[in-house]
Amino acid sequence: MAAKTLTIDGKQISADECATILEAAADAGITIPTLCHLEGVYDVGACRLCLVEVTGISKLLPACTTKVAEGMEIRTDTERLIRYRRMTLELLLAERNHVCAVCVANGHCELQTLAFNQGVDHVRYEYCFPKWEVDNSHALFGMDHNRCLLCTRCVRVCWHIEGAGTKNVSGRGAKARIISDLNQPWGTSDTCTKCGKCVMACPTGALFYKGSTNSEMERDRDKLEFIVTAREKKQWIA
Amino acid sequence: MSKRIVIDPVTRIEGHAKISIFLDDAGNVLDAEFHVVEFRGFEKFCEGRPFSEMPGITPRICGICPVSHLLASAKAGDAIMAVKIPPAADKLRRLMNLGQFIQSHALSFFHLSAPDLLLGWDTPPPQRNVFGLIASNTELARAGIRLRQFGQEIIEMLGGKKIHPAWAVPGGVRSALTNEGRAGIRAWLPEVYATSKIALDLFNKILESHKREIQIFGNFPSLFMGLVDAEGTWEHHGGKLRFVDSSGSVIADQLDPQKYYEFIGEAVQKSSYLKSPYYSPLGFPDGMYRVGPLARLNVSEQMGTPKAEAELKKFKKLGRGAVSSSFLYHYARLIEILASIERVEAALEDPELFSEDLRADAGINSSRGVGVSEAPRGTLFHDYTVDRGGLLTKVNLIVATGQNNLAMNQTVTQIARYYIRNHDVPEPLLNRIEHGIRCYDPCLSCSTHAVGQMPLQVRLIAPDGAVLKIINRGLGQS
Ligand code: SF4
Ligand code: FES
Repeated sequence: MAAKTLTIDGKQISADECATILEAAADAGITIPTLCHLEGVYDVGACRLCLVEVTGISKLLPACTTKVAEGMEIRTDTERLIRYRRMTLELLLAERNHVCAVCVANGHCELQTLAFNQGVDHVRYEYCFPKWEVDNSHALFGMDHNRCLLCTRCVRVCWHIEGAGTKNVSGRGAKARIISDLNQPWGTSDTCTKCGKCVMACPTGALFYKGSTNSEMERDRDKLEFIVTAREKKQWIA
Repeated sequence: MSKRIVIDPVTRIEGHAKISIFLDDAGNVLDAEFHVVEFRGFEKFCEGRPFSEMPGITPRICGICPVSHLLASAKAGDAIMAVKIPPAADKLRRLMNLGQFIQSHALSFFHLSAPDLLLGWDTPPPQRNVFGLIASNTELARAGIRLRQFGQEIIEMLGGKKIHPAWAVPGGVRSALTNEGRAGIRAWLPEVYATSKIALDLFNKILESHKREIQIFGNFPSLFMGLVDAEGTWEHHGGKLRFVDSSGSVIADQLDPQKYYEFIGEAVQKSSYLKSPYYSPLGFPDGMYRVGPLARLNVSEQMGTPKAEAELKKFKKLGRGAVSSSFLYHYARLIEILASIERVEAALEDPELFSEDLRADAGINSSRGVGVSEAPRGTLFHDYTVDRGGLLTKVNLIVATGQNNLAMNQTVTQIARYYIRNHDVPEPLLNRIEHGIRCYDPCLSCSTHAVGQMPLQVRLIAPDGAVLKIINRGLGQS
């Protein structure tokens, strides 16, 4: 495979031609904030947190879904990007009901950590306070739509790692939500194998082990990556 | 026709409240009411949440007694899961509750009440607070602050942080005591015993110097309710409910607290967001009862630990039958501090506090669960109803301040009657009414803590509603 040479934040690097900007940056030790990206499943570019500037292109591009190209000049830390990231996070926080203090994921939440790191100490937009429900019908897991970012990580792990295809997105815009099977209570799903990969993938407290209390949801995301790597490299075949 | 005097706000109680005094045509007191105007709608907005989140949510009701709500909430969760929690978990929860008693009672006595009791009623407000106490009784104030710190440290050693620890969970607790934690708590014991003794000695003097206060600060017959064990010994986190009347006779005993609705009714008062619970066999308002330290000592035959037991004997001599003056809540609080320290000391010897078996697991086995625990201010009930998935469909909380609401009204009435004659509202009245309320150490769902300020407003309102006179007192108040 051919290598491409490019610069990220002034640093000259070379990357595999099919690498994304996000991967190339990670190899070069440059961290770009992400939220919908999850190691082990393909990217969809849903959250827009990983946006970067590329010289010569007026639009901002998502690092997770943009492939590297020869001679690219990429910036990940301009004032404009920092401003946009903050704004994106604030919009995410305003859209549903994120109450960290009483959340099961408090202290272990990717949205909370990102907001903290990006200096979001208040939200400038009016909160929407939508009325979303909790689906607690499943024997093992619960889903609180109030805390969902629609990152679709759960959908992707369900379809592409577990292969069950239980989780899906229904509706559009502010009405979009994660559903199980044919939009039915999760506990009545015929396809769910109760594997818990979706719970492991979720960045916030939206998916949780039933019975969890405040700050109790810690996830072991390496497991997902481990399964995928083992499968791809056929580590399980003796 | 009656006139209304409004005192608003009352300082140094946890929250925002106002007092109305109703006068008759002659300008004497007809009646008085203590309004709780804070309303945070907790019961309503918990609906739809998983019951397992409640130990994380309900401690937010009150910044001063989060632990009490935490424990009652976890207990209600145990009942929904219909599990018997591991013995270690119960012991650890008890230890935390004792820490909460110590810190809360120390705050009430040393920070909030001692300034009135020791500096004198008529010390100007800017000095009559904990800072004034530090200036005049440095050692005592320091000891009191440290006593509170001791209680907070117990909570912290177990729960990890002082405020809102979601450490107790349905089915048990999340972590055990550590060896360092035990050593840390132990090191405090000599000092806190000494502080407790100083406070009790001091109170014995206050008993002599405050005879009039004992007479008029809520001295009236009522029922008293609290948890006791099977032998009638003082309880704080288990046991059954007992009611005694003002003669000290047990009128109901070993009532199952989980079935409180069979013997406690709840009246809704028009002027207040608090519900006023009453002992239903006697009806409303005859079934009015008091809870909290005074009530717990009145229902207990013994304290269960030697030092506190000796104090209980002295305490019981202050009443014919039950001890009926609410001024003596202070004394009861100090005895409970001592009892709690003794129980903490005994608990530390128990190897089970280090157990790894801390949490029972189960699904939803009962659609309704009631958790009852003694909070520093009185018996606390959390009553949850859930759907099949464990989402709350109904929440009922009965808190100490609600149960004592009628007694607080009566206390204010009694004090006002003593001081107000012919429309004359003398200045000493205001301080004393505030203190009358403070005897109950009410927590009014707001952690506003106006130390060092006593803005008071008294309004005289004519029968037609016109404001005749406004008496303002306080710093920078107009
Ligand atoms: S439930 Fe979690 S993983 Fe699924 S879309 Fe929502 S936030 Fe993402
Ligand atoms: S991580 Fe790239 S858009 Fe979400």
